[in-house]
Amino acid sequence: MKFKTFAVFVGPSVLMMLLFIAFPLVSVFLQSFQVTQPVYETVEVETCTPGFLEQTCVTEMSSVPKLDEHGEIITTTTFVGLQSYRNVLEPDRAWAAIKAFDWRGLQTIDFWKALRFTLTFTFITLPLVIGTGLAIALAINNAARSVKGPVIFVSLLPFIITPVIGALSINWLFRGDGILTAWLERMLDRDIALFAQAWTIEVLMMIYRVWHVAPFAAIVFYAALQTVNHDSLESALIDGATRWQRLKYIVIPHLMPLIVFVSMIHLMDTYRAFEEIVGFSSQGYVISLQWLTYDFLVPDQAGNRSVSRASASAMLTMIGIAIILVPLLKRTWRDHRRSH
Amino acid sequence: MKLKTLALAGAMSLMSSVAFAECAFENTVPLKSLSAGFEAWKAVTDAMAECGNFEASLDQEFREKQPEAFAANPSLYHIGGVANSTIIPLLNAGSIRPLDDLVEKYGANLTPNQLIKIDGKIMAIAMMVNTQHLMYREDILNDLGIAVPTTYAEVLDAAAKIKEAGVVEYPIGGTFKTGWNLGEEFINNFLGEGGEFFTDGNMPNINNEKGVASLEVMKALTEYMDPEYLVSDSTYVQQQFQQGKIAMSNLWASRAAAMDDEAESQVVGKVVMAAAPMGSAAPATSLWWDGLVFATNMTDEEADAAFRVAMEGIDEEMVKANNDAAVWLVPGYAPGRLAVGAAATAAAGARPYPGSGPMGIMHTVLGNGISDYLTGAKDAATTLADIEAAYVTAAKEAGLVK
Repeated sequence: MKFKTFAVFVGPSVLMMLLFIAFPLVSVFLQSFQVTQPVYETVEVETCTPGFLEQTCVTEMSSVPKLDEHGEIITTTTFVGLQSYRNVLEPDRAWAAIKAFDWRGLQTIDFWKALRFTLTFTFITLPLVIGTGLAIALAINNAARSVKGPVIFVSLLPFIITPVIGALSINWLFRGDGILTAWLERMLDRDIALFAQAWTIEVLMMIYRVWHVAPFAAIVFYAALQTVNHDSLESALIDGATRWQRLKYIVIPHLMPLIVFVSMIHLMDTYRAFEEIVGFSSQGYVISLQWLTYDFLVPDQAGNRSVSRASASAMLTMIGIAIILVPLLKRTWRDHRRSH
Repeated sequence: MKLKTLALAGAMSLMSSVAFAECAFENTVPLKSLSAGFEAWKAVTDAMAECGNFEASLDQEFREKQPEAFAANPSLYHIGGVANSTIIPLLNAGSIRPLDDLVEKYGANLTPNQLIKIDGKIMAIAMMVNTQHLMYREDILNDLGIAVPTTYAEVLDAAAKIKEAGVVEYPIGGTFKTGWNLGEEFINNFLGEGGEFFTDGNMPNINNEKGVASLEVMKALTEYMDPEYLVSDSTYVQQQFQQGKIAMSNLWASRAAAMDDEAESQVVGKVVMAAAPMGSAAPATSLWWDGLVFATNMTDEEADAAFRVAMEGIDEEMVKANNDAAVWLVPGYAPGRLAVGAAATAAAGARPYPGSGPMGIMHTVLGNGISDYLTGAKDAATTLADIEAAYVTAAKEAGLVK
């Protein structure tokens, strides 16, 4: 292809990527080292608010931002180095807790609490998603031709449902005296409160995530199953290989690059777990790193938001994803080198 | 919610083009409003729409949109609906206008109680008050011969008796959902203990015996609540009441009407409102007001029209048609049995919610931090110390603490 043609085709997408990915990233990166705040002055203010019959007035000192001549709030931006990262990570407290082997102490710091959940969530769901995905793919592959279409459709359904809606519906099935909790209570003849402690919520979240993502893995694996070498399978059959042996020595090695691919996608997605926290309103028990970033960014009722800490937290999430992807990337790179 | 808002806005713009029937004048200036979406706002904006050329956005996420929308020039909305806390960002940015001249021209029907004054200038027109107060099942308390509780100690006593009698499994309901709701519960109790949230220089002041007392009351209450209390918001508690699962709760006055809603409630007429339980200094609750503000960045002609339309929205006619939707401050309101609790709470000296910039941060860190105490992860002193530390970090970043 001529370079010019290539450039014309690629140009728009490069431009879009710069505009919508690179620039925001650079801006977040810069903001994580800066703090922008209004200039406040302390003034005495009398505030009168309604009572039921008469007003109550209070006079107190309050901080009011200064406005410039155009009526805009005057802000100052200062370079604070790694202060925002320190505010998120709280290294002194974390280190003190680690030195004293105080796990609970470490878990009282938001970031480390979120990291603990995010990592367990990511690494427990990973094998489950791969396993379930493979099982669904094999089931579809072995289904009779006449029912294949409906089976594919039904197994894809969870993946099509909007994540927040899916999480909310599972929440409502189990929350309080939801249908499934009521059923479980009747079966086990005891009172069950699934949203009253952290571990049951975590289990529900993991079930939800596997339910939601396994179809994606399944459809990828199913596509790959169509290209398994039939000669090898037949010769294995002649050699007396069992179904399990054929799966282990022929099918899985064939699928390996795609298993790595699905794992990478899953790690990236799950490390950014967010819908589960919101959908299950689990903030009181477990939080994830992505939710922490969001929480910094949401303005409170008085309009304050912690943009710098949110930026720092977002950068830390990116670094985290990069780190957990390293083993898989190394593997892909090795395979790539070998194939040349 | 978004869809509902859109549908509502659509319906309203349709209505505005046909119905001038009950408005005293015909409005010719296109006007828009942005407010919360609960029942009272729906009643008020419906009444405003009768004047024509008016479009209302009712949106539960209004507080995230309002500061930016009102800062635009010209402002994207002419009329805003705010409360104690959500007026702060607008005040700080100077994006709402003083109303003294407009009140003088068109505000003959307003009572002095409705005029929110900041530094002597009228900045907002209040239309209703809201507060959390005690709601209880009269039939249950009468059956067991329990007097109406007036303090949390009595609430706990009553709860123990109700539980022992086996009337309901969880006698108490509470809006203890992590985040805003949980923060508000602490604030209520801390105000009831007579606490002040800040010392000079916006430094936090909750790690003291008043803070500990507040936490202890909350924890004692959770013993009698459904164990899933950390996900229970106002709507959930309202449903618990309606389904007869709880006997008492310190719940929002704006939820009172739902108890008598025959379509939803199995306890019509059985839930009675009383004053919020007393803390050691004041009722353990806070008084809120909801009201109207007007953008700075619009022409005087628009401001004139917006104010006149708003006055039509909160007139006697509207209140008469929607008497039980809220505890109105508007003349013509006839406080019924549903408003008894709010009136008694205010009479007992409930303190207003102390909305301010630092308070916004304090509310957030309280809402995020208290669950650790309730689940037993931290003791009271550590919880409060950690919340203060979180407050200082956030307040420094916001520039409120040096």
